[in-house]
Amino acid sequence: MTQKILAAHAGLKEVKVGQLVMANLDLVLGNDVTTPVAVNEFNKMGVNDVFDKKKIAIVPDHFTPNKDIKSAEQCKCIREFAHEKGIENFFEVGQMGIEHALLPEKGLVVTGDVVIGADSHTCTYGALGAFSTGVGSTDMAAGMASGKCWFKIPEAIKFVITGKMQKWVCGKDVILHIIGMIGVDGALYQSMEYTGPGLANLSIDDRFTISNMAIEAGAKNGIFEVDDITLQYVKEHSTRTPIVFKADDDAQYSRVIEIDLSTIKSTVAFPHLPDNTRTIDEVGEVILDQVVIGSCTNGRIEDLRMAASIFKGKTVNPRIRTIIFPATQKIYLEALREGLIEIFIEAGIAVSTPTCGPCLGGHMGILAKGERSLSTTNRNFVGRMGHPQSEVYLCSPAVAAASAITGKISSPEEVM
Amino acid sequence: MFKGKAIKYGNNVDTDVIIPARYLNTSDAKELAAHCMEDIDKGFVSKVKNGDIMVAGKNFGCGSSREHAPLAIKTVGISCIIAETFARIFYRNSINIGLPILECVEAAQDIEEGNDVSVDVATGIITNNTKGKTYTATPFPEFMQEIINAEGLVNYLKERTE
Repeated sequence: MTQKILAAHAGLKEVKVGQLVMANLDLVLGNDVTTPVAVNEFNKMGVNDVFDKKKIAIVPDHFTPNKDIKSAEQCKCIREFAHEKGIENFFEVGQMGIEHALLPEKGLVVTGDVVIGADSHTCTYGALGAFSTGVGSTDMAAGMASGKCWFKIPEAIKFVITGKMQKWVCGKDVILHIIGMIGVDGALYQSMEYTGPGLANLSIDDRFTISNMAIEAGAKNGIFEVDDITLQYVKEHSTRTPIVFKADDDAQYSRVIEIDLSTIKSTVAFPHLPDNTRTIDEVGEVILDQVVIGSCTNGRIEDLRMAASIFKGKTVNPRIRTIIFPATQKIYLEALREGLIEIFIEAGIAVSTPTCGPCLGGHMGILAKGERSLSTTNRNFVGRMGHPQSEVYLCSPAVAAASAITGKISSPEEVM
Repeated sequence: MFKGKAIKYGNNVDTDVIIPARYLNTSDAKELAAHCMEDIDKGFVSKVKNGDIMVAGKNFGCGSSREHAPLAIKTVGISCIIAETFARIFYRNSINIGLPILECVEAAQDIEEGNDVSVDVATGIITNNTKGKTYTATPFPEFMQEIINAEGLVNYLKERTE
């Protein structure tokens, strides 16, 4: 499926694994960390204009609202660049959201697109049947100038999904289960492609989470076969026409892995790699200092609903700091209207404006030496959320909510 | 041809430890270089000498797409990285900024910290002068070699449009 999308965007009938192609881009993305470097490189190229003012998105979401003078300078640099070049999709604080939740919501990515972003979690849009992948700032600069990017055609791993998830299990548990099984380099340079009858039981938000963490298995992208759920989402969010690509029945894969959703349990990744997973019944006693719910991985409305259904009428352990980050302003507003924000505040939780802040140890929830955070984010590397001797455990919104109440890593059944 | 002492690391060295996010509020290469590797090797910046060669295991540079990571490594004086495998975004970024990187399982496993190593990027031949051994890495496809020769994608594109 990935091969077909790339071939079409390179103007080729077919491509082979390992072939280098130059593909046309439908969207080029950057944030406040990566875009300043890209602006520098862009200026060195001696090009005046970007290739298409509509096909570039710049989202200041990492150190925003600005945490210090230096980050304010970075944002100023990209704001001025966006203004000067007439870039239409620059999302200021107040309208923005975490980039990978925001772009699909704004209808900027649709089925069949090729998207590059100077952010590793750009692979999120595979949920929509688009090819999208993370690149660096120089690729972003070249993409903004030319509207093209070079790719090596990847091999694919096929995941055949069957069954239906148990209560409290969601897309996050599915992807942690997969990464635990294949490892943090288990899909290195490859495409992860999801198909099978079980897709009907995965919501679009579950799919965004699963595609989002493809990079945590080393993959180039994580892409879902297109179905009614995909097309319904695209129709509701964009006026553009989706182009549906489907893998051939005789397509070649490097591996085929079957995933029966009904056998997956709530899963937690222990420090310091996302593949260091244990199912909830194997966790043991892990006492926490902080719980974070949000990010490009799990800050969507279904995630907040799941957390709220556990927090309703309860309060968090008074020893724990719990912080919730709706991923976009729209999600924030939806949560407000549905009464979820009230549930969170009454439970003793800090609710924040959208930002990537705590996920990458930027701001808004930094850990001190020896502290432990359970988080619905995507990485638990050494020092990821603060001090090099702090620890991050990754889980679903349901496990995070239950654990905030008990003060240690717990299954939702323990509190419900 | 590069020549220098090997500085060795293990598997899955991620970009958060190469350059922690708390320093990403700047894109100044020298400032970034001053904090390179500090969360896993506090002594790195003081021990590294211009031309030294970084050697690592599998999946080097996994995690974030921050180009600040290869930029910090290049600016601190590392001439070349040899690893069993690289994470793909780090691989692209290194080539795009003109930092040579080579995949060679044998060299990555056999070279020890402090070994005197020479690298010929064009042929992929790595020589361990301390042990008197040579290893052969997969050479770059021509297209990537041209980008490295131009010292990065920007120069490569400029040369082609001029």
